[in-house]
Amino acid sequence: MAPTEHPVDLAVIGAGPAGLAASVTAADAGLSVLLLDMAERIGGQYWRHLADEAEEDGAGSHHHGWARFVKLRARINAHVRGGRIIHRASQTVWSLERAGSVCVVHAIGGERVRLPYSARARAVIVATGAHDRQLPFPGWTLPGVMAGGGAQSLLKGSGVAPGRRAVVAGTGPFLLPVADTLLAAGVDVVEIVEPNAPWRMLGRPGATVAGVGKLPEAVGYGTRLRRHHVTVSTGHAVIAAHGRERLRSVIVARVDAAWRVVPGSEREVACDLLTVGYGFTPQIELALAAGCATAVGSDGSLVVGTDPAGRTSVSGIYAAGETTGVGGADLALIEGELCGAAVIEDLRRGARGAANRRGRRAPRARRRLLEARRRSLLAFAAGVNGVFSIQPGWEEWLEAETIICRCEEVPYARVRGALDDLGSGDARTVKLLARPGMGLCQGRICGAAVARLAASRRAAAAPAGGGSAELAVGPDPGQEDLIALSRRPLGSPVPLRHLAAFATPTPPATNRGRPDDGAPNPAPGTDAGTVAGTDDRAADRADNRAADRADNRAV
Amino acid sequence: MQHYSRVAAAFDAIVIGAGVVGACCAHYLSAEGASVAVLDRGWVAGGTTGAGEGNILVSDKEPGPELDLALLSNRLWRELGSDLGEAMELELKGGLVVAASAPALDALATLAHAQRDRGVETVPVTRAELRELEPHLSPEVVGGVLYPQDMQVQPMLAAAQLLAAARRRGAELRTGCEVTEISRGSDGRVTGVRTSAGPLTAPIVVNAAGTWGGVVAGLAGTELPILPRRGFILVTEPLPPMTIRHKVYTAEYVANVASSEEGLEVSTVVEGTRGGTVLIGATRERVGFDRSVSWEAIGRIAAGAIAIFPFLAETRALRSYCGFRPYCPDHLPVIGPDPRVPGLIHACGHEGAGIGLAAATGLVVAQAAAGRPTELPLDPFAAGRFEEMSVRV
Repeated sequence: MAPTEHPVDLAVIGAGPAGLAASVTAADAGLSVLLLDMAERIGGQYWRHLADEAEEDGAGSHHHGWARFVKLRARINAHVRGGRIIHRASQTVWSLERAGSVCVVHAIGGERVRLPYSARARAVIVATGAHDRQLPFPGWTLPGVMAGGGAQSLLKGSGVAPGRRAVVAGTGPFLLPVADTLLAAGVDVVEIVEPNAPWRMLGRPGATVAGVGKLPEAVGYGTRLRRHHVTVSTGHAVIAAHGRERLRSVIVARVDAAWRVVPGSEREVACDLLTVGYGFTPQIELALAAGCATAVGSDGSLVVGTDPAGRTSVSGIYAAGETTGVGGADLALIEGELCGAAVIEDLRRGARGAANRRGRRAPRARRRLLEARRRSLLAFAAGVNGVFSIQPGWEEWLEAETIICRCEEVPYARVRGALDDLGSGDARTVKLLARPGMGLCQGRICGAAVARLAASRRAAAAPAGGGSAELAVGPDPGQEDLIALSRRPLGSPVPLRHLAAFATPTPPATNRGRPDDGAPNPAPGTDAGTVAGTDDRAADRADNRAADRADNRAV
Repeated sequence: MQHYSRVAAAFDAIVIGAGVVGACCAHYLSAEGASVAVLDRGWVAGGTTGAGEGNILVSDKEPGPELDLALLSNRLWRELGSDLGEAMELELKGGLVVAASAPALDALATLAHAQRDRGVETVPVTRAELRELEPHLSPEVVGGVLYPQDMQVQPMLAAAQLLAAARRRGAELRTGCEVTEISRGSDGRVTGVRTSAGPLTAPIVVNAAGTWGGVVAGLAGTELPILPRRGFILVTEPLPPMTIRHKVYTAEYVANVASSEEGLEVSTVVEGTRGGTVLIGATRERVGFDRSVSWEAIGRIAAGAIAIFPFLAETRALRSYCGFRPYCPDHLPVIGPDPRVPGLIHACGHEGAGIGLAAATGLVVAQAAAGRPTELPLDPFAAGRFEEMSVRV
């Protein structure tokens, strides 16, 4: 795998709200930007859209914040035409590392061909977003049960309605847009089932003030739900799904504040589609593999630890958007812009002495405004995440044979056996002994649940007052549990021949052919700065979207 | 047992380390009737045991004391397998060592001959026979030797199941319990340990701390020159059962195991697992406890695997992991009582052979703890041997 001659100034991984905002900010200031994304079109999960919607500016009006996307897209396209931004679509980045003075990313991609692709950059922003967080329950592997985000992207990406009569379950504000998207596609949404009690939001003054901006959106959802007579059952949960070949019905039960089933409250609801999502899990394996420090976010997920401008603990590597904590698209846009500004500042500081005054610097007033908005949205997100947190009673919904890890078909009993009988006490050794998270998706789907099961058993077994922040004793998993199921040295499955290309030692990662003066490079007009493999044969054509599928497939 | 009952202590023996070696020690100690506590600062099988392939090999050892230990261990693993084989996924799959050139094949034949004299079963395999044993092997491979005694086990399950068996006989497992000191009486004898969860008394303490065995020796005021030797393993997506039937490795592996180079050494080791995934190794580097991924190391094992199984080029790797072999300067483990600290028995430093040698290690440790003659002489594995070696570590 030939290393690139000259690094680009900035590689942005992920073309969702955070990545797009960062890219235009950096390109506006004259940096050369390489924008890598798994999808064919920019927008990320949030603005995932059909090919024909890309043509007309008004076509995607059912998307939230579509006008903002259209504006962003216009700025991206202008920079692509001007050569400041290179957009490489359909790229799955599987490795990010710091190598000397630059960062190196390795990807596989091409529309349907698995080509190796590598690039070097002075700075990298990890803006890879998040995927649905799942909790297993009896029947969750039946066809007809899907991740909320998966159902939404199926609709946004292909226009195909995955069912006719739907129950929307899980926790958090995202249930509303999922129901809304289904209603808009003509699906009969019979019930929204939410085990938490959202009215607790009202008791959090800081959070409600910050959320005022969200009111029109919430009111819009409320109006549509009423018009379609959708039942909203808070304090209830879908505790099982039934059906032989595919989903026929779900069991809805009243639950207490700890999500324990109130005996006798179970009722059956007929449906052929169940969407489930218990919040989101940030996709941070690239930052983890690069050695970035992590933290536990306000929703209990593992996140990349950053300063307010998105700098991670590894110099040259930044993170923005959901990878730093789940907070929604508004927050991601602000973080992307702040992060882009931080890259500009850091690269210039690195180029001290070099004549480098081209481009604009983000005005200080603008930055202050963004930082203030970020703080307020973070407070709002923390309030929302606090109200819609996962409660330990969920584990009581499980049966011995309920599958926890779909890839390796690990039942709940085997996970409990590792914890109760085999001497395991953390998620890592559960994984070693019972194999959850060892399969194709590498713990993306089951990771949050496995970490929780390990933590709750440890809490039950431990004397009061023990534990540490890393290996918490309490129902919520600590960092070590979460890291064990989030660490993926290979960010996606990679054919061995791609890896074999690394067999020869890579040359030192310095610029060859020109002195490394630390100054940003001129924007490449073409693909200069990146090298793509081109010698692959037609026989190599194969599905390169396994990781994508693993994220979005029906849960 | 008379030997144990002479001191009024909470346990007859304390084993430090809940990896596969500690588990085997606990298994044989408790089988002898000793009351045992197994302590680990982490959980079961969380160290090097959880980062290996589960090899139980006689094929990769040159004639000498380690091969004798491996042969004993091989027999003991089969015995253990009669009860626990299914639970620990013991597979009597056999090892196939292959050579890609005539000189390599000659060297392999010479080694196999010497091994046979020590009691190893060896079956020379022609090029044509190789295709029947492993249909997907590269045509470049000119010949090899089959070692029917080689086996594979799921090492984490093996450790956990052996510990569970010991617990059924009354042994105690205390995880999340870090030993902070090995206590000694005024006569210098071991009296027990201090831990993060309080003191425990026992006249015998077994150091089964693997790569951290030198640190544990230090807690008793003595020294062992054990260093980490990093290895990477690459794991593929699941393939149909029996795609790769044996543990297949190249003849250079034996030389690399025995080498003391600091830099990256790579030999090719490929084997299927019950789950269908293929494990690919093996790299050896002395880089301390650095866990960062080395793409060069991973690239070289990937290239090596493709060289002997060309179809693997299009197979996808799902993950990689690394671990730290407990390495001693002469590549031999440290097994047996430490004459400098009466009551301290070492069982560590097995480098990459810890799973394979664990059973025999556990047996001789139990015999030594009971003051009985050991099945094999332990002089080659003595803790004091490094003092004469004047090795700088």
